[in-house]
Amino acid sequence: MVKAAPEVTEARATGPSGEIVVALAQMAPRLGDLGANLARHLELIGTAAAGGADLVVFPELSLTGYFLKDLVTETALRLDSPEIQALAEASREVDAVVGCILESDDHRFHNAALYLSGGEVVHVHRKVYLPTYGLFDEARDLAPGNRFRAFEAPLRSAGPRRPWRAGVLLCEDLWHPSSAYLLARAGVDLIICPSASPGRGVGHGSELGTAQSYDVITRTYAQLFTAYVVYCNRVGYEDGINFWGGSRAVDPEGHLVGEPAGRDEAMPLHRLDLAALRRARIANPMLRDERHDIVDAESRRLHRRERD
Amino acid sequence: MTETAAGLNDDAPPGALAVDCALVTEILTGFVREEVRKVGFERGVVGLSGGIDSAVTLAVVCRALGPENAIPVVMPYRASSPASERDARLVAAQLGTTPLGVDISPQIDAYFDRHPDADRTRRGNKMARERMSILYDLSLARGALVVGTSNKTELLLGYGTIYGDMAHALNPLGDLYKTQIFALARHLELPTAVIEKAPSADLWEGQSDEDELGFEYAAVDQLLHQMIDERRTRPELHALGYDDAFVKQIHRRVRDSQYKRRPPLIAKLSNRTIDRDFRYPRDWGR
Repeated sequence: MVKAAPEVTEARATGPSGEIVVALAQMAPRLGDLGANLARHLELIGTAAAGGADLVVFPELSLTGYFLKDLVTETALRLDSPEIQALAEASREVDAVVGCILESDDHRFHNAALYLSGGEVVHVHRKVYLPTYGLFDEARDLAPGNRFRAFEAPLRSAGPRRPWRAGVLLCEDLWHPSSAYLLARAGVDLIICPSASPGRGVGHGSELGTAQSYDVITRTYAQLFTAYVVYCNRVGYEDGINFWGGSRAVDPEGHLVGEPAGRDEAMPLHRLDLAALRRARIANPMLRDERHDIVDAESRRLHRRERD
Repeated sequence: MTETAAGLNDDAPPGALAVDCALVTEILTGFVREEVRKVGFERGVVGLSGGIDSAVTLAVVCRALGPENAIPVVMPYRASSPASERDARLVAAQLGTTPLGVDISPQIDAYFDRHPDADRTRRGNKMARERMSILYDLSLARGALVVGTSNKTELLLGYGTIYGDMAHALNPLGDLYKTQIFALARHLELPTAVIEKAPSADLWEGQSDEDELGFEYAAVDQLLHQMIDERRTRPELHALGYDDAFVKQIHRRVRDSQYKRRPPLIAKLSNRTIDRDFRYPRDWGR
Protein backbone atom coordinates (compact mmCIF):
# COMPACT_ATOMS: atom_id res chain seq x y z
CA MET A 1 0.00 0.00 0.00
CA VAL A 2 1.22 3.47 -0.86
CA LYS A 3 1.81 5.76 2.09
CA ALA A 4 0.23 9.19 2.38
CA ALA A 5 3.23 11.34 1.59
CA PRO A 6 5.78 10.23 -0.98
CA GLU A 7 8.64 11.51 1.11
CA VAL A 8 8.08 10.58 4.72
CA THR A 9 10.65 12.33 6.87
CA GLU A 10 11.35 11.84 10.54
CA ALA A 11 10.57 14.76 12.78
CA ARG A 12 13.89 16.49 13.24
CA ALA A 13 13.24 17.58 16.76
CA THR A 14 10.56 17.41 19.35
CA GLY A 15 9.26 20.30 21.36
CA PRO A 16 7.03 23.26 20.88
CA SER A 17 8.74 24.86 17.89
CA GLY A 18 7.25 24.78 14.41
CA GLU A 19 5.14 27.81 15.04
CA ILE A 20 4.74 30.42 12.33
CA VAL A 21 2.82 33.65 11.96
CA VAL A 22 0.96 34.20 8.70
CA ALA A 23 -0.31 37.63 7.65
CA LEU A 24 -3.24 37.81 5.24
CA ALA A 25 -2.90 41.00 3.20
CA GLN A 26 -6.56 41.53 2.33
CA MET A 27 -6.22 44.47 -0.01
CA ALA A 28 -7.88 46.09 -3.06
CA PRO A 29 -5.51 46.32 -6.02
CA ARG A 30 -5.84 49.16 -8.52
CA LEU A 31 -6.99 47.62 -11.77
CA GLY A 32 -4.11 47.46 -14.22
CA ASP A 33 -1.81 49.76 -12.23
CA LEU A 34 1.33 47.72 -11.57
CA GLY A 35 3.27 50.64 -10.08
CA ALA A 36 0.67 51.55 -7.47
CA ASN A 37 0.11 47.90 -6.58
CA LEU A 38 3.83 47.16 -6.25
CA ALA A 39 4.22 50.11 -3.88
CA ARG A 40 1.30 48.85 -1.81
CA HIS A 41 2.82 45.34 -1.68
CA LEU A 42 6.15 46.65 -0.46
CA GLU A 43 4.39 48.72 2.18
CA LEU A 44 2.32 45.77 3.43
CA ILE A 45 5.31 43.43 3.37
CA GLY A 46 7.14 45.92 5.58
CA THR A 47 4.16 46.09 7.95
CA ALA A 48 3.87 42.30 8.09
CA ALA A 49 7.59 41.92 8.77
CA ALA A 50 7.46 44.54 11.50
CA GLY A 51 4.47 42.69 12.99
CA GLY A 52 6.51 39.50 13.29
CA ALA A 53 5.02 37.58 10.37
CA ASP A 54 6.93 34.72 8.74
CA LEU A 55 4.70 34.75 5.67
CA VAL A 56 2.45 37.33 4.10
CA VAL A 57 -0.16 36.11 1.62
CA PHE A 58 -1.64 38.48 -0.96
CA PRO A 59 -4.85 37.84 -2.92
CA GLU A 60 -5.06 36.40 -6.42
CA LEU A 61 -3.74 38.82 -9.08
CA SER A 62 -2.77 41.22 -6.31
CA LEU A 63 -0.32 43.07 -8.55
CA THR A 64 -2.84 43.72 -11.32
CA GLY A 65 -6.45 43.42 -10.20
CA TYR A 66 -8.84 40.79 -11.50
CA PHE A 67 -11.16 41.71 -14.40
CA LEU A 68 -8.28 42.62 -16.69
CA LYS A 69 -9.62 41.69 -20.12
CA ASP A 70 -7.17 43.25 -22.63
CA LEU A 71 -4.98 44.44 -19.75
CA VAL A 72 -3.77 40.84 -19.29
CA THR A 73 -1.01 41.18 -21.85
CA GLU A 74 -0.16 44.74 -20.82
CA THR A 75 0.33 43.92 -17.14
CA ALA A 76 2.10 40.59 -17.66
CA LEU A 77 5.42 40.02 -15.89
CA ARG A 78 8.28 37.59 -16.26
CA LEU A 79 10.22 36.08 -13.39
CA ASP A 80 13.06 38.49 -14.17
CA SER A 81 10.81 41.57 -14.31
CA PRO A 82 11.94 44.40 -12.02
CA GLU A 83 8.65 44.23 -10.11
CA ILE A 84 9.27 40.58 -9.20
CA GLN A 85 12.89 41.33 -8.37
CA ALA A 86 11.80 44.13 -6.03
CA LEU A 87 9.35 41.83 -4.28
CA ALA A 88 11.93 39.05 -4.07
CA GLU A 89 14.31 41.52 -2.39
CA ALA A 90 11.58 42.42 0.09
CA SER A 91 11.14 38.71 0.83
CA ARG A 92 14.48 38.72 2.59
CA GLU A 93 12.49 40.11 5.51
CA VAL A 94 9.41 37.92 5.30
CA ASP A 95 8.21 35.24 2.88
CA ALA A 96 5.49 36.45 0.54
CA VAL A 97 2.92 34.98 -1.84
CA VAL A 98 1.95 37.46 -4.54
CA GLY A 99 -0.39 37.22 -7.51
CA CYS A 100 0.38 38.34 -11.06
CA ILE A 101 0.03 37.60 -14.75
CA LEU A 102 3.09 35.59 -15.70
CA GLU A 103 4.14 35.41 -19.34
CA SER A 104 5.96 32.31 -20.55
CA ASP A 105 8.82 32.28 -23.04
CA ASP A 106 6.40 31.19 -25.72
CA HIS A 107 4.02 34.03 -24.77
CA ARG A 108 1.33 32.26 -22.91
CA PHE A 109 -0.20 34.23 -20.08
CA HIS A 110 -0.88 32.55 -16.75
CA ASN A 111 -2.78 33.60 -13.65
CA ALA A 112 0.06 32.84 -11.22
CA ALA A 113 0.97 32.96 -7.56
CA LEU A 114 4.65 33.26 -6.66
CA TYR A 115 6.11 32.15 -3.34
CA LEU A 116 9.05 34.46 -2.63
CA SER A 117 11.61 34.02 0.10
CA GLY A 118 15.14 35.19 0.82
CA GLY A 119 15.47 37.08 -2.44
CA GLU A 120 14.34 34.13 -4.59
CA VAL A 121 11.22 32.84 -6.31
CA VAL A 122 10.86 29.56 -4.44
CA HIS A 123 7.70 28.25 -6.09
CA VAL A 124 5.34 29.19 -8.91
CA HIS A 125 1.77 27.99 -9.13
CA ARG A 126 -0.10 28.62 -12.34
CA LYS A 127 -3.86 28.46 -11.88
CA VAL A 128 -5.12 25.21 -13.36
CA TYR A 129 -8.87 25.79 -13.34
CA LEU A 130 -9.70 28.98 -15.21
CA PRO A 131 -13.38 29.76 -14.63
CA THR A 132 -15.08 30.65 -17.90
CA TYR A 133 -18.78 30.82 -17.12
CA GLY A 134 -21.19 33.27 -15.55
CA LEU A 135 -19.27 36.49 -14.87
CA PHE A 136 -15.90 34.77 -15.44
CA ASP A 137 -13.93 34.86 -18.67
CA GLU A 138 -10.46 33.66 -17.68
CA ALA A 139 -9.84 31.04 -20.36
CA ARG A 140 -10.43 33.65 -23.03
CA ASP A 141 -7.29 35.50 -22.03
CA LEU A 142 -5.24 33.02 -20.03
CA ALA A 143 -3.50 29.68 -20.43
CA PRO A 144 -4.10 27.03 -17.75
CA GLY A 145 -1.41 25.62 -15.51
CA ASN A 146 -0.95 21.85 -15.46
CA ARG A 147 0.30 20.83 -12.04
CA PHE A 148 -0.29 20.95 -8.31
CA ARG A 149 3.02 20.68 -6.49
CA ALA A 150 4.05 20.83 -2.87
CA PHE A 151 7.22 22.63 -1.86
CA GLU A 152 9.25 23.26 1.23
CA ALA A 153 8.39 26.71 2.56
CA PRO A 154 11.50 28.36 4.01
CA LEU A 155 9.68 30.18 6.84
CA ARG A 156 12.98 30.70 8.62
CA SER A 157 11.57 31.29 12.07
CA ALA A 158 9.68 28.00 11.93
CA GLY A 159 12.39 26.49 14.10
CA PRO A 160 14.14 23.16 14.09
CA ARG A 161 11.12 20.88 14.33
CA ARG A 162 10.93 20.23 10.57
CA PRO A 163 10.23 22.34 7.51
CA TRP A 164 6.68 23.26 6.57
CA ARG A 165 5.44 21.76 3.33
CA ALA A 166 3.07 24.01 1.45
CA GLY A 167 1.05 24.12 -1.75
CA VAL A 168 -0.91 26.84 -3.50
CA LEU A 169 -4.46 26.68 -4.86
CA LEU A 170 -5.74 29.74 -6.68
CA CYS A 171 -9.43 30.54 -6.18
CA GLU A 172 -11.25 28.24 -8.68
CA ASP A 173 -8.62 25.53 -8.06
CA LEU A 174 -10.30 25.18 -4.67
CA TRP A 175 -13.58 24.17 -6.26
CA HIS A 176 -11.99 20.95 -7.48
CA PRO A 177 -11.39 18.60 -4.54
CA SER A 178 -8.84 16.66 -6.57
CA SER A 179 -6.55 19.72 -6.32
CA ALA A 180 -6.53 19.66 -2.54
CA TYR A 181 -6.29 15.87 -2.55
CA LEU A 182 -3.15 15.97 -4.70
CA LEU A 183 -1.53 18.51 -2.41
CA ALA A 184 -2.47 16.43 0.63
CA ARG A 185 -1.00 13.37 -1.02
CA ALA A 186 2.16 15.38 -1.63
CA GLY A 187 2.33 15.92 2.10
CA VAL A 188 1.41 19.55 2.63
CA ASP A 189 0.93 21.05 6.06
CA LEU A 190 -0.33 24.30 4.64
CA ILE A 191 -2.61 25.03 1.70
CA ILE A 192 -2.25 28.66 0.63
CA CYS A 193 -5.29 30.01 -1.21
CA PRO A 194 -5.04 33.44 -2.81
CA SER A 195 -8.42 34.44 -4.16
CA ALA A 196 -10.33 37.15 -6.05
CA SER A 197 -13.84 35.99 -5.32
CA PRO A 198 -16.67 38.25 -6.51
CA GLY A 199 -19.44 38.53 -3.94
CA ARG A 200 -22.90 37.42 -5.02
CA GLY A 201 -25.97 35.72 -3.60
CA VAL A 202 -27.86 37.92 -1.12
CA GLY A 203 -30.85 35.69 -0.46
CA HIS A 204 -29.44 33.17 2.00
CA GLY A 205 -28.85 34.94 5.28
CA SER A 206 -26.46 37.60 6.43
CA GLU A 207 -23.46 36.23 4.51
CA LEU A 208 -23.03 36.28 0.74
CA GLY A 209 -23.57 32.97 -1.01
CA THR A 210 -19.96 32.95 -2.16
CA ALA A 211 -18.72 33.61 1.38
CA GLN A 212 -20.77 30.68 2.66
CA SER A 213 -19.34 28.42 -0.04
CA TYR A 214 -15.73 29.30 0.74
CA ASP A 215 -16.40 28.87 4.44
CA VAL A 216 -17.56 25.31 3.78
CA ILE A 217 -14.76 24.54 1.33
CA THR A 218 -11.86 25.88 3.43
CA ARG A 219 -13.06 24.25 6.65
CA THR A 220 -13.84 20.97 4.91
CA TYR A 221 -10.44 20.71 3.21
CA ALA A 222 -8.61 21.65 6.40
CA GLN A 223 -10.46 18.98 8.35
CA LEU A 224 -10.42 16.20 5.74
CA PHE A 225 -6.81 16.74 4.74
CA THR A 226 -5.73 17.64 8.30
CA ALA A 227 -3.78 20.62 7.04
CA TYR A 228 -3.84 24.35 7.68
CA VAL A 229 -5.71 26.31 5.04
CA VAL A 230 -5.04 30.03 4.71
CA TYR A 231 -7.42 31.87 2.42
CA CYS A 232 -6.69 35.45 1.35
CA ASN A 233 -9.43 37.09 -0.66
CA ARG A 234 -9.32 40.63 -1.98
CA VAL A 235 -11.76 43.45 -1.28
CA GLY A 236 -12.93 46.49 -3.24
CA TYR A 237 -14.99 46.83 -6.42
CA GLU A 238 -14.16 46.46 -10.11
CA ASP A 239 -16.72 47.71 -12.63
CA GLY A 240 -19.36 47.47 -9.91
CA ILE A 241 -18.49 43.93 -8.87
CA ASN A 242 -17.64 43.57 -5.20
CA PHE A 243 -15.00 41.29 -3.68
CA TRP A 244 -16.05 40.14 -0.22
CA GLY A 245 -12.79 39.64 1.69
CA GLY A 246 -13.40 37.23 4.55
CA SER A 247 -9.76 36.11 4.62
CA ARG A 248 -9.18 33.44 7.19
CA ALA A 249 -6.97 30.70 8.51
CA VAL A 250 -8.42 27.29 9.32
CA ASP A 251 -6.68 24.76 11.54
CA PRO A 252 -6.24 21.04 10.72
CA GLU A 253 -9.39 20.18 12.67
CA GLY A 254 -11.48 22.51 10.52
CA HIS A 255 -11.80 25.31 13.08
CA LEU A 256 -11.21 28.95 12.28
CA VAL A 257 -8.00 30.37 13.71
CA GLY A 258 -9.21 33.69 15.11
CA GLU A 259 -11.90 35.58 13.26
CA PRO A 260 -12.26 35.88 9.50
CA ALA A 261 -11.65 39.37 8.12
CA GLY A 262 -14.59 41.55 7.06
CA ARG A 263 -15.20 43.27 3.72
CA ASP A 264 -12.67 46.09 4.19
CA GLU A 265 -8.90 46.19 3.76
CA ALA A 266 -7.21 44.42 6.67
CA MET A 267 -4.10 42.41 7.46
CA PRO A 268 -4.87 39.92 10.22
CA LEU A 269 -2.01 37.83 11.60
CA HIS A 270 -2.58 34.19 12.52
CA ARG A 271 -0.36 31.82 14.45
CA LEU A 272 -0.08 28.33 12.95
CA ASP A 273 1.57 25.50 14.79
CA LEU A 274 2.95 22.14 13.62
CA ALA A 275 2.31 20.71 17.10
CA ALA A 276 -1.42 21.34 16.61
CA LEU A 277 -1.20 19.70 13.19
CA ARG A 278 0.49 16.69 14.77
CA ARG A 279 -2.27 16.39 17.35
CA ALA A 280 -4.93 16.65 14.62
CA ARG A 281 -3.30 13.87 12.63
CA ILE A 282 -3.13 11.65 15.69
CA ALA A 283 -6.79 12.30 16.45
CA ASN A 284 -7.91 11.94 12.82
CA PRO A 285 -5.39 9.80 10.91
CA MET A 286 -7.22 9.93 7.57
CA LEU A 287 -4.04 10.75 5.67
CA ARG A 288 -2.31 7.72 7.14
CA ASP A 289 -5.22 5.52 6.12
CA GLU A 290 -5.83 7.04 2.69
CA ARG A 291 -5.88 4.31 0.01
CA HIS A 292 -3.98 5.96 -2.82
CA ASP A 293 -3.57 2.52 -4.37
CA ILE A 294 -7.33 2.32 -4.86
CA VAL A 295 -7.42 5.84 -6.28
CA ASP A 296 -4.65 4.89 -8.73
CA ALA A 297 -6.23 1.60 -9.77
CA GLU A 298 -9.68 3.07 -10.20
CA SER A 299 -8.28 6.09 -12.04
CA ARG A 300 -6.51 3.78 -14.48
CA ARG A 301 -9.68 1.78 -15.00
CA LEU A 302 -11.80 4.91 -15.50
CA HIS A 303 -9.19 6.36 -17.80
CA ARG A 304 -9.31 3.23 -19.98
CA ARG A 305 -13.10 3.37 -20.06
CA GLU A 306 -13.19 7.10 -20.91
CA ARG A 307 -10.71 6.46 -23.73
CA ASP A 308 -12.88 3.76 -25.31
CA MET B 1 -55.13 41.21 -17.32
CA THR B 2 -53.62 40.95 -13.91
CA GLU B 3 -51.54 37.99 -12.85
CA THR B 4 -51.05 37.42 -9.18
CA ALA B 5 -48.65 35.26 -7.27
CA ALA B 6 -51.70 33.58 -5.74
CA GLY B 7 -52.09 31.65 -8.97
CA LEU B 8 -48.87 29.76 -8.35
CA ASN B 9 -48.91 26.25 -6.98
CA ASP B 10 -46.95 25.05 -4.00
CA ASP B 11 -43.83 24.29 -6.04
CA ALA B 12 -43.07 27.98 -6.42
CA PRO B 13 -40.12 28.54 -4.09
CA PRO B 14 -41.39 30.54 -1.15
CA GLY B 15 -39.52 33.73 -0.49
CA ALA B 16 -37.37 33.29 -3.58
CA LEU B 17 -37.03 37.06 -3.77
CA ALA B 18 -36.06 37.47 -0.13
CA VAL B 19 -32.80 39.36 0.36
CA ASP B 20 -30.79 40.23 3.42
CA CYS B 21 -31.35 43.99 3.47
CA ALA B 22 -28.46 44.80 5.78
CA LEU B 23 -26.05 42.89 3.54
CA VAL B 24 -27.47 44.49 0.39
CA THR B 25 -27.23 47.95 1.95
CA GLU B 26 -23.60 47.38 2.87
CA ILE B 27 -22.67 46.21 -0.64
CA LEU B 28 -24.55 49.04 -2.36
CA THR B 29 -23.04 51.63 -0.02
CA GLY B 30 -19.53 50.39 -0.76
CA PHE B 31 -20.37 50.29 -4.47
CA VAL B 32 -21.39 53.96 -4.57
CA ARG B 33 -18.55 55.11 -2.32
CA GLU B 34 -15.81 53.30 -4.24
CA GLU B 35 -17.08 53.79 -7.77
CA VAL B 36 -17.67 57.51 -7.16
CA ARG B 37 -14.36 58.17 -5.43
CA LYS B 38 -12.13 56.10 -7.69
CA VAL B 39 -13.00 58.39 -10.62
CA GLY B 40 -12.10 61.44 -8.56
CA PHE B 41 -15.57 62.56 -7.41
CA GLU B 42 -16.90 63.09 -3.90
CA ARG B 43 -20.54 63.83 -4.66
CA GLY B 44 -23.53 62.15 -6.27
CA VAL B 45 -26.55 63.74 -7.94
CA VAL B 46 -29.89 61.90 -7.95
CA GLY B 47 -33.16 62.79 -9.62
CA LEU B 48 -35.71 62.52 -6.81
CA SER B 49 -39.23 61.78 -8.04
CA GLY B 50 -41.09 61.10 -4.84
CA GLY B 51 -41.14 57.40 -5.70
CA ILE B 52 -39.52 54.51 -3.91
CA ASP B 53 -36.58 53.82 -6.27
CA SER B 54 -35.09 57.29 -6.13
CA ALA B 55 -35.73 57.45 -2.37
CA VAL B 56 -33.76 54.24 -1.80
CA THR B 57 -31.04 55.41 -4.18
CA LEU B 58 -30.69 58.70 -2.34
CA ALA B 59 -30.56 56.88 1.00
CA VAL B 60 -27.71 54.72 -0.30
CA VAL B 61 -25.85 57.74 -1.70
CA CYS B 62 -26.21 59.51 1.67
CA ARG B 63 -24.78 56.51 3.50
CA ALA B 64 -21.96 56.21 1.01
CA LEU B 65 -20.90 59.83 0.64
CA GLY B 66 -22.62 61.66 3.50
CA PRO B 67 -25.80 63.75 3.12
CA GLU B 68 -23.69 66.84 2.48
CA ASN B 69 -22.37 65.16 -0.69
CA ALA B 70 -25.73 63.92 -1.92
CA ILE B 71 -27.54 66.29 -4.29
CA PRO B 72 -31.19 65.39 -4.80
CA VAL B 73 -32.88 67.18 -7.66
CA VAL B 74 -36.66 67.50 -7.77
CA MET B 75 -37.80 68.14 -11.33
CA PRO B 76 -41.59 68.44 -11.57
CA TYR B 77 -43.57 69.19 -14.71
CA ARG B 78 -46.68 71.31 -14.27
CA ALA B 79 -48.90 68.23 -14.76
CA SER B 80 -46.97 66.17 -12.20
CA SER B 81 -48.85 65.19 -9.08
CA PRO B 82 -48.20 67.67 -6.25
CA ALA B 83 -48.02 64.66 -3.93
CA SER B 84 -44.90 63.48 -5.79
CA GLU B 85 -43.00 66.67 -5.09
CA ARG B 86 -44.21 66.68 -1.50
CA ASP B 87 -42.99 63.07 -1.02
CA ALA B 88 -39.68 63.84 -2.70
CA ARG B 89 -39.06 66.76 -0.34
CA LEU B 90 -40.11 64.61 2.61
CA VAL B 91 -37.45 62.02 1.66
CA ALA B 92 -34.80 64.68 1.04
CA ALA B 93 -35.47 66.26 4.43
CA GLN B 94 -35.52 62.97 6.31
CA LEU B 95 -32.14 62.08 4.85
CA GLY B 96 -30.69 65.45 5.83
CA THR B 97 -30.17 66.68 2.29
CA THR B 98 -31.05 69.97 0.64
CA PRO B 99 -32.86 69.33 -2.65
CA LEU B 100 -32.53 71.46 -5.73
CA GLY B 101 -35.77 72.23 -7.53
CA VAL B 102 -35.94 72.59 -11.30
CA ASP B 103 -39.37 73.09 -12.89
CA ILE B 104 -39.07 71.45 -16.31
CA SER B 105 -42.37 72.89 -17.63
CA PRO B 106 -40.83 75.77 -19.64
CA GLN B 107 -38.44 73.60 -21.62
CA ILE B 108 -41.02 70.85 -22.19
CA ASP B 109 -43.73 73.29 -23.23
CA ALA B 110 -41.36 75.25 -25.48
CA TYR B 111 -40.72 72.07 -27.46
CA PHE B 112 -44.23 70.66 -27.58
CA ASP B 113 -45.78 74.01 -28.50
CA ARG B 114 -44.28 73.19 -31.88
CA HIS B 115 -45.56 69.58 -31.71
CA PRO B 116 -49.01 69.90 -30.16
CA ASP B 117 -50.11 66.55 -31.59
CA ALA B 118 -47.41 64.59 -29.70
CA ASP B 119 -48.84 61.68 -27.73
CA ARG B 120 -48.12 61.13 -24.05
CA THR B 121 -45.39 58.56 -24.71
CA ARG B 122 -43.42 61.16 -26.66
CA ARG B 123 -44.05 63.70 -23.93
CA GLY B 124 -43.05 61.25 -21.22
CA ASN B 125 -39.84 60.32 -23.03
CA LYS B 126 -39.01 63.99 -23.58
CA MET B 127 -39.48 64.74 -19.89
CA ALA B 128 -37.23 61.84 -18.92
CA ARG B 129 -34.55 63.11 -21.30
CA GLU B 130 -34.82 66.71 -20.16
CA ARG B 131 -34.37 65.52 -16.58
CA MET B 132 -31.34 63.51 -17.67
CA SER B 133 -29.82 66.57 -19.36
CA ILE B 134 -30.36 68.61 -16.17
CA LEU B 135 -28.72 65.93 -14.03
CA TYR B 136 -25.71 65.77 -16.38
CA ASP B 137 -25.44 69.57 -16.37
CA LEU B 138 -25.43 69.51 -12.56
CA SER B 139 -22.92 66.69 -12.69
CA LEU B 140 -20.41 69.03 -14.27
CA ALA B 141 -21.53 72.15 -12.38
CA ARG B 142 -21.36 70.46 -8.96
CA GLY B 143 -18.67 67.87 -9.56
CA ALA B 144 -21.10 65.05 -8.85
CA LEU B 145 -21.58 61.70 -10.55
CA VAL B 146 -25.12 60.93 -11.80
CA VAL B 147 -26.49 58.02 -9.81
CA GLY B 148 -29.38 56.28 -11.55
CA THR B 149 -32.49 54.70 -10.09
CA SER B 150 -33.48 51.98 -12.59
CA ASN B 151 -34.41 48.67 -10.98
CA LYS B 152 -34.01 45.18 -12.44
CA THR B 153 -37.71 44.77 -13.19
CA GLU B 154 -37.95 47.87 -15.36
CA LEU B 155 -34.57 47.26 -16.97
CA LEU B 156 -35.60 43.74 -18.00
CA LEU B 157 -39.03 44.85 -19.21
CA GLY B 158 -37.59 47.86 -21.03
CA TYR B 159 -39.92 50.02 -18.95
CA GLY B 160 -37.75 53.10 -19.05
CA THR B 161 -36.62 55.78 -21.47
CA ILE B 162 -33.36 55.06 -23.25
CA TYR B 163 -31.01 58.04 -22.76
CA GLY B 164 -33.55 59.36 -20.29
CA ASP B 165 -33.92 57.77 -16.87
CA MET B 166 -31.81 54.87 -18.19
CA ALA B 167 -28.79 57.17 -18.62
CA HIS B 168 -26.51 57.53 -15.60
CA ALA B 169 -22.97 56.80 -14.46
CA LEU B 170 -23.79 54.29 -11.72
CA ASN B 171 -26.80 52.18 -10.95
CA PRO B 172 -26.96 50.75 -7.43
CA LEU B 173 -30.47 49.25 -7.80
CA GLY B 174 -30.10 47.58 -11.21
CA ASP B 175 -29.82 44.06 -9.77
CA LEU B 176 -32.83 44.36 -7.44
CA TYR B 177 -36.40 43.63 -8.44
CA LYS B 178 -39.08 46.14 -7.53
CA THR B 179 -40.45 43.96 -4.72
CA GLN B 180 -36.94 43.69 -3.25
CA ILE B 181 -36.69 47.48 -3.29
CA PHE B 182 -39.85 47.69 -1.20
CA ALA B 183 -38.15 45.50 1.41
CA LEU B 184 -35.01 47.63 1.25
CA ALA B 185 -37.05 50.83 1.66
CA ARG B 186 -38.63 49.45 4.82
CA HIS B 187 -35.22 48.40 6.10
CA LEU B 188 -33.91 51.92 5.45
CA GLU B 189 -36.97 53.32 7.28
CA LEU B 190 -38.00 55.60 4.46
CA PRO B 191 -41.30 57.50 4.79
CA THR B 192 -44.38 55.26 4.79
CA ALA B 193 -46.08 57.53 2.25
CA VAL B 194 -43.37 56.70 -0.27
CA ILE B 195 -43.41 52.96 0.42
CA GLU B 196 -47.17 52.48 0.41
CA LYS B 197 -48.28 54.46 -2.64
CA ALA B 198 -48.76 52.78 -6.00
CA PRO B 199 -45.60 52.95 -8.14
CA SER B 200 -45.88 55.55 -10.91
CA ALA B 201 -43.59 57.17 -13.45
CA ASP B 202 -45.81 60.25 -12.89
CA LEU B 203 -45.52 61.28 -16.50
CA TRP B 204 -49.23 62.11 -16.64
CA GLU B 205 -52.08 62.54 -14.22
CA GLY B 206 -53.08 59.32 -12.48
CA GLN B 207 -50.48 57.13 -14.19
CA SER B 208 -49.83 53.80 -12.50
CA ASP B 209 -47.00 51.44 -13.46
CA GLU B 210 -49.07 48.33 -12.83
CA ASP B 211 -52.07 49.61 -14.83
CA GLU B 212 -49.81 50.57 -17.70
CA LEU B 213 -47.82 47.35 -17.66
CA GLY B 214 -50.91 45.22 -17.25
CA PHE B 215 -49.62 43.09 -14.40
CA GLU B 216 -48.49 43.45 -10.81
CA TYR B 217 -44.87 43.81 -9.80
CA ALA B 218 -45.29 40.97 -7.30
CA ALA B 219 -46.28 38.59 -10.11
CA VAL B 220 -43.82 39.71 -12.75
CA ASP B 221 -40.90 39.79 -10.30
CA GLN B 222 -41.53 36.17 -9.32
CA LEU B 223 -41.69 35.18 -12.97
CA LEU B 224 -38.60 37.15 -13.97
CA HIS B 225 -36.70 35.64 -11.07
CA GLN B 226 -37.63 32.11 -12.18
CA MET B 227 -37.03 32.87 -15.85
CA ILE B 228 -33.82 34.89 -15.64
CA ASP B 229 -32.07 34.08 -12.37
CA GLU B 230 -33.17 30.46 -12.04
CA ARG B 231 -33.07 29.80 -15.81
CA ARG B 232 -36.31 27.79 -15.74
CA THR B 233 -37.53 26.43 -19.08
CA ARG B 234 -41.01 27.06 -20.44
CA PRO B 235 -42.28 23.61 -19.34
CA GLU B 236 -40.81 24.18 -15.89
CA LEU B 237 -42.52 27.55 -15.62
CA HIS B 238 -45.77 25.95 -16.76
CA ALA B 239 -45.40 23.25 -14.11
CA LEU B 240 -44.84 25.98 -11.52
CA GLY B 241 -48.24 27.37 -12.39
CA TYR B 242 -47.31 30.34 -14.56
CA ASP B 243 -49.77 31.17 -17.32
CA ASP B 244 -48.24 30.35 -20.71
CA ALA B 245 -49.47 33.58 -22.30
CA PHE B 246 -48.03 35.65 -19.47
CA VAL B 247 -44.68 33.88 -19.79
CA LYS B 248 -44.67 34.48 -23.53
CA GLN B 249 -45.59 38.14 -23.10
CA ILE B 250 -42.82 38.77 -20.57
CA HIS B 251 -40.23 36.87 -22.57
CA ARG B 252 -41.07 38.97 -25.60
CA ARG B 253 -40.75 42.20 -23.60
CA VAL B 254 -37.32 41.17 -22.33
CA ARG B 255 -36.15 40.16 -25.80
CA ASP B 256 -37.53 43.20 -27.59
CA SER B 257 -35.99 45.67 -25.13
CA GLN B 258 -32.49 44.14 -25.22
CA TYR B 259 -31.28 47.08 -27.34
CA LYS B 260 -31.98 49.44 -24.46
CA ARG B 261 -29.57 47.56 -22.22
CA ARG B 262 -26.67 47.56 -24.66
CA PRO B 263 -24.38 50.28 -26.02
CA PRO B 264 -25.05 51.32 -29.63
CA LEU B 265 -23.98 48.86 -32.31
CA ILE B 266 -20.72 49.62 -34.07
CA ALA B 267 -20.23 48.44 -37.64
CA LYS B 268 -17.23 46.15 -37.52
CA LEU B 269 -14.40 46.91 -39.93
CA SER B 270 -11.06 46.52 -38.21
CA ASN B 271 -9.59 43.72 -36.14
CA ARG B 272 -9.97 45.74 -33.01
CA THR B 273 -13.44 47.20 -32.65
CA ILE B 274 -14.49 49.00 -29.49
CA ASP B 275 -16.27 46.67 -27.04
CA ARG B 276 -15.89 43.70 -29.38
CA ASP B 277 -12.17 42.96 -29.44
CA PHE B 278 -10.99 46.16 -27.78
CA ARG B 279 -11.98 45.08 -24.30
CA TYR B 280 -10.97 47.11 -21.30
CA PRO B 281 -12.70 47.33 -17.96
CA ARG B 282 -14.35 50.67 -17.22
CA ASP B 283 -12.29 50.87 -14.01
CA TRP B 284 -9.12 50.72 -16.14
CA GLY B 285 -6.23 52.02 -14.05
CA ARG B 286 -8.47 52.75 -11.03
